[in-house]
This record gives sequence, structure tokens and C-alpha cells, in this order.
Amino acid sequence: MSDMRTPLNKVRGLGSAKEGADHFWRQRVSALANVPLTLFLVVTIIALAGKDHATAVAWLGSPLAVIPMMALVISGIIHMRLGMQVIVEDYVHGEGVKIFCLMLNTFFSILVGLACIFAIIKLSLGT
Amino acid sequence: MADAKSQANRPLSPHLQIYKPTLTMMMSIVHRMTGAALYFGSLLLAWWLIAAATGPDYFAYVNDIAGSFIGRLVMFGYTWALIHHMLGGIRHFIWDTGSGFELPTVELMARLSLIGSICLTLVIWVFGYMAMGAL
Repeated sequence: MSDMRTPLNKVRGLGSAKEGADHFWRQRVSALANVPLTLFLVVTIIALAGKDHATAVAWLGSPLAVIPMMALVISGIIHMRLGMQVIVEDYVHGEGVKIFCLMLNTFFSILVGLACIFAIIKLSLGT
Repeated sequence: MADAKSQANRPLSPHLQIYKPTLTMMMSIVHRMTGAALYFGSLLLAWWLIAAATGPDYFAYVNDIAGSFIGRLVMFGYTWALIHHMLGGIRHFIWDTGSGFELPTVELMARLSLIGSICLTLVIWVFGYMAMGAL
């Protein structure tokens, strides 16, 4: 027998971490989404550079900006959380500290995401 | 889990410092560093959005900080990190298709993305200053 894996294990294709290519795939999908959305952010920041508050609110609160901005925040925090998870898993070896850092990573990402989403909703409803 | 004491006496494989630095190696390290920087840089985006949602006074205050010399320096670095990480990601997309692994190609892509990230960052900032009417 050259392969110690059971037929069921092979069919599932989840490997030793029991997650298969899930992490890799989500990293790539969010990365692809981030490309146009980040370019949108860059254009938005250029357009609003040096402009007053009323102009900024008028643009950031319009549906044309709200939807891509929310998409960017969601895709961005998914991507950055996955990326930081890999960094932690590579460099933090103590089991307890590692789990703590991984939780902190999730909390930080969600908190930043919620702060952005809250601000975007507030802008879209008119401040 | 392996016992820590039994691990201590085993020979270890050489780590990063034993290798001569190469461009592709530096690009890989910088890709991770820019990723980590952008991770914490997300706080700046949150700050800016919250400032806009708070009101004219606080927005003006944050804009003043962003427009200061230090603020511009940070934003310039942020722009480069963003573009560099994005171009690095596009290289990874090319590798994901199974192509581009020949050494000359890898070397060329590393050079192109480094030059590209610097050029694009400068282009973005020129456009930024033009939009502000400063150029």
C-alpha cells in the first residue's frame, strides 16, 4: 500500500488541517475583489483631497460610493485577517500565545470593519 | 506536540541569515511587510471615515493632520505599500495559473513589480496634487 490515506479522506480532500484549500481560496477571492475596490478608494481619496466636509459627505454618502466602500471594507478585513493569521502561525510558536494572537486578530479585524461600516452608514443617512 | 527539551539538541536547518539576499527573496519579505503595514493602516481609513461622519470640525482637524508633512509622508508610504502589495498579489495570480515559474521570468516579474509600484505611486501623487490644483 503506497498511500496511507483512507478513500473517504481522499474524496473529502481536506488534508491534515481539515480545511482543504479554503484559506487559500478565500485569500485569492478577496484579493481579486480588493484590486478594483482599492483603486476606487485611491480615486476617491484623490478626488476629495483638500476638499471641504460638505463635498466629502456628499460623495461618501451617495450610493455610488457607499456600496463600493462597504464592499472594500468587507473584502479588505477578510483579506487582512487571513493574511495576519498566516503571519501569526508562522512566527508565534507558543500554543497559548498563538491562540490568543489569532483571537486578537479576529477581534481587531471585526472592530476596524465595524467602525468603517458604522461611519459609512452614518454618512449614507446624512450627518 | 513534540517535547521542547528533546528538540533543543537536534541540529536545525539554516535560516534566513545564512542565504545571500536576492531580489525575489526581498520581494517576498516586503510583500509580507507591506501586508502587515496595511493591516494596521486600516485604522487610518477607519479614522478618516469616522472623521467624515462626525462633522466639519473634526474632519478639518483630521485633514490638517493628513495634510501635514508627517501626514503626507505616512500617506505616501501607505500608497506605495498598497500598490506594491497589489502588484505582488497580481504576480501570485500569475503563479496560481501554474505559469511564470522559470527563473528569468520570476526575476523579470520581481523587477517589473518593484519599478511598477514606485512609478504608479508617483503617478497617483501627481494626479493627487493636480486634483488639488497644486500642479
